Amino acid sequence: MITIIDYGVGNLFSLKSSLQAIHVEAQVTADMDTIVHADKIILPGVGAFGDAAKKLRQTGLDKIAVERASEGIPLLGICVGMQLLFERSHEFGVHPGLGLIPGEVKPIRETISSELKIPQIGWNQLQMIQKEHPLFRYLRDGAYVYFVHSYHAVTPREYVLARTDYGGLLTAAVARENVMGCQFHPEKSGRAGLAILKAFAEL
Amino acid sequence: MITKRIIPCLDVRDGRVVKGTRFLGLRDVASPVELAALYSDQGADELVFYDITASSDGRKIFTEILRETASRVFIPLTVGGGISTIEDFDRVLKCGADKVSVNSGALRDPELISQAAKKYGSQCVVLSVDAKRVDGQFRVFSKGGREDTSLDALEWIRKGVGLGAGEIVLNSIDTDGVKKGFDLEMLEAVCAAVQVPVIASGGAGSMEDFEILFKTLPGVDAGLAASIFHFGQIRIPDLKQFLDEKGINMRIEKRDEDGFAG
Repeated sequence: MITIIDYGVGNLFSLKSSLQAIHVEAQVTADMDTIVHADKIILPGVGAFGDAAKKLRQTGLDKIAVERASEGIPLLGICVGMQLLFERSHEFGVHPGLGLIPGEVKPIRETISSELKIPQIGWNQLQMIQKEHPLFRYLRDGAYVYFVHSYHAVTPREYVLARTDYGGLLTAAVARENVMGCQFHPEKSGRAGLAILKAFAEL
Repeated sequence: MITKRIIPCLDVRDGRVVKGTRFLGLRDVASPVELAALYSDQGADELVFYDITASSDGRKIFTEILRETASRVFIPLTVGGGISTIEDFDRVLKCGADKVSVNSGALRDPELISQAAKKYGSQCVVLSVDAKRVDGQFRVFSKGGREDTSLDALEWIRKGVGLGAGEIVLNSIDTDGVKKGFDLEMLEAVCAAVQVPVIASGGAGSMEDFEILFKTLPGVDAGLAASIFHFGQIRIPDLKQFLDEKGINMRIEKRDEDGFAG
């Protein structure tokens, strides 16, 4: 059973449906008790980092997520949910994150060539750094996944699972032990996305 | 690098795909859910659903269909048609849409764009524009291309992006249905006017039309079409293979033996 944390950010319909499609039981909840007993957690998120971080704190679910992660259960952050795993973000000011993975969230503009459009919207290829990571068990290097973002994580290479080339290399997937994250949307990435969710469900 | 996107568009009335289809192997060729699943399976990069229903009953059926599609198809889904209020955004987003396309509703009330962008983010707001040449100007038409708004298309698009629209769908009325290629001149002007992704619509008649589009205008991000896909004139896997061979970056899904992985 995967527990999807619902803290009022974004649309969780597709995420839940995609897990159903691969026959993985999932529940969407904001209930603390349920999350305290979850054995696998997905932290979703869209929109601006500051708003998402604030909402997560207001619900008090930030502390539980950190506690559960430090107890060693698998945690997967998606999009802004992935960004929240880092120490801080520079989106509209400086906002603290959960600090589960060392690094910062910075504008992709600082990394990519200036003529490219921002946000990056569309399908781009994964360049795997850690091909053997269990999250990539069913996925081949070079698979296409769907991105929508203007910021990305700047983190030491040891935490980078995969990058993507958008006129400069951007962080696409990260992990530090049991804490993992995807900048792209696995629930919108066709078969490749389902392959990642399936691998996560089997951890 | 990021790929160019191929986007089939489905017009839905009273729960059925309006333009006829000639697909073999589909139990119900007019079922939007089945057609969407087929396109997704064939490698469509995104789907657009236009609700062309007039009645409220039809609208309810549409939302049901959307919900069913979104629970089976895991690529980005854009919904348009009759979106006039924030409540309309809310209704389709709750049923699994990822982006909402506004057209006449935004012309009536441009603030709809900024309200929606603020609430759901710019990535969620697609401004769809029907434009046509009038007196040497690209003019915006509303109500499905029937009414001349006297607005300059480039000005309107710039304004829309300023208000928070995250993508533009440009449908050229001049080339729509002619099947002799996209409106390169109009698209070039739009690409020069804004920095957000531009989706070309209207005029695709052959695979070469897509090649010409992407090669002539590197600023265009996606090509959208309806009938050439629905009538089976062009199959999406063939189109993507063709463009890939012509050196245009395409997402080609490779299947492992277990049928998984991208």
